[in-house]
Amino acid sequence: MKTTNEQYKTMVEQNSPPSPHWKHWLCSFAVGGGICAFGEGLRLLFTWLKFTEEEVRILVPVTLILLTAITTAIGVFDRLAKFAGAGTGVPITGFANAVVSPAMEHRSEGFILGVGANLFRLAGPVLVYGSAICTAYGLIYYFFLR
Amino acid sequence: MAKRLGTDTLLLPTRPVILGRGAVGGKLEGEGPLGKQLDAVFLEADMGEESWEKAEVRLQQAAIRRALDSAGCPAEEVELLFGGDLLNQCSATSFALRELGIPLAGLYSACATFALGVAMAALSVDGGGFRRVMAAASSHFCSAEKQFRFPLEYGAMMTPTAQRTATAAGALLLQSAGEPLPPERAAAAHSVCVEKVLFGRVNDLGVADANSMGAAMAPAAADTILRFLKDTNMQPTDLDCILTGDLGEIGSQLLLELAKCEGGVDLAPVHRDGGRLLYDTAQQDVGVGGSGIGCSAAVLCADVLPKLERGEWQRVLYVGTGALLSVITPLQGESIPAIAHGVLFSVAP
Repeated sequence: MKTTNEQYKTMVEQNSPPSPHWKHWLCSFAVGGGICAFGEGLRLLFTWLKFTEEEVRILVPVTLILLTAITTAIGVFDRLAKFAGAGTGVPITGFANAVVSPAMEHRSEGFILGVGANLFRLAGPVLVYGSAICTAYGLIYYFFLR
Repeated sequence: MAKRLGTDTLLLPTRPVILGRGAVGGKLEGEGPLGKQLDAVFLEADMGEESWEKAEVRLQQAAIRRALDSAGCPAEEVELLFGGDLLNQCSATSFALRELGIPLAGLYSACATFALGVAMAALSVDGGGFRRVMAAASSHFCSAEKQFRFPLEYGAMMTPTAQRTATAAGALLLQSAGEPLPPERAAAAHSVCVEKVLFGRVNDLGVADANSMGAAMAPAAADTILRFLKDTNMQPTDLDCILTGDLGEIGSQLLLELAKCEGGVDLAPVHRDGGRLLYDTAQQDVGVGGSGIGCSAAVLCADVLPKLERGEWQRVLYVGTGALLSVITPLQGESIPAIAHGVLFSVAP
C-alpha cells in the first residue's frame, strides 16, 4: 500500500467521531454525585435508627454494595453505567459491579475454576495496587508521621 | 480446475452452484432492517442453553439445518463443511458438527471466516473431488463479549468507534454445476454460482485500538477489492454490489477513501457493508454498526443472495473482513493485522 501508517492515522482520526467529553462529564457528575448523596441519605437514616457511628460507617458501603449486586444481577446496573460512565465506576458501586459481573458470567465453568478463579478478573488490579499503595503509605506513616 | 487471473484471483470454470442457504439471528438482529428475511430469530440470548457458548452452538446448527432444508438435502449427502467462529479453538463450530456427522475442516480468519469458507468450498467443488460442500460460520454477542471484552453485566461505556458483535450465523451449500437441482431450487427464478474467489493478504496500517475494528480492517478490504478489479480488468460499476463484511460506518468511509487514493476508483455507487445493513445504526444501540462473523454471513445469505436469485442483481463481490487480533496481542502493544477474502457470486448462465 502507498498509504503510510502516519497518513492512515490522520485519515482514521478525521473519520472517527470524538468522545462527547462534556456529555460524559455531566452524566458522570450527576449520577456519581447522586450515588454519593444517596449514601449520605443512608448515613442519616442509619444514624436516625440509633446505630453507632462505627456501625454506620460499615452499614452505608455494605448497603451500596448490596444494591449494586442486586441491580447487576437483574441487568439494570450496566444500563445505568453505560450512561453514567465514571459516575457509577468510581464510587464503591463500580467495584461491586466489577466483582459480581464476572461471577455471573463464569458460573457456567463451575464454582471453583469459574466463579472463584474469575471473581477478581476485573477488580484484581485495584486490589493489588490498592494494597501496595496502602502498604507504602503505612510504612511512611509508621516511620515518619506517627 | 481453477484458473489464475492476474496475481491473486482464481476463476472457477465449473461455476459451483448454491444449492441451499440459511441465515439466523438473535433478537436485536430480528428487530433490524433484515429481520423478516432471516430464516429464524432466537428471542432469548441463551437460546434455552446453560451457557453463551452452547447458545452459539445452537445458532450455528440452526443455520446449517436451514441451509440443508432449503436444499432438500440430508446431512449425510454433504461431503465436507468448512466452518469457523470466534471462540477459542473454533469450539462453536466443532461442537455444532458433533451431532451432524458431516466431515469438518475448521477455519479461522476472524470475521472473514465465512468468505474464506465459501471460497474453500467453491474451490473444493470446482476441483472435482466433491459433489456437495458447505460453508458455515457464527458469532454470538454474549460469547464474544465474554471472551474478548468484559462480562455482560459489567458497566462499561461504548467508545464512539465501537461496533456490536452480531448474534447471527450463516450457512451455504454448494454443489457442482453438472448435478441436477432438486425441484424446490429448480423453481427459483435464477440459480446463483460462485464465479471467482480471491484470498486476501494480511494488511496492517498500524491501528492498535481494539475498539476501532472498522479502521483496522478497511486497508485489507481496499487491498483485496483493488487486486480483484486489477486482476479481472473490471470497474466497480461492472458489479451490482461490493458487500464488505463488517466495516461499520467509519471503516466504510475509510475504505472509500483508501480505494480512491490507492487505486483511483470510486466504490461509493456499489459499496454496501454488512455491519450497516444488519442493524439500523440510528435507532438501535449498536455503535457504528455490526461486526462478527455472523454479521456478513447473515446479510449475504438473507439479503444479497436472494437479490441475485430474484434476478435483481447479476454480480456481487462479497469481501469478508477480519481483524486478526487475539485477546493478548493488544495488551502487548501490537497493532491489529487484518485480512479480507473475496468471492464473486453471479447469476448462473
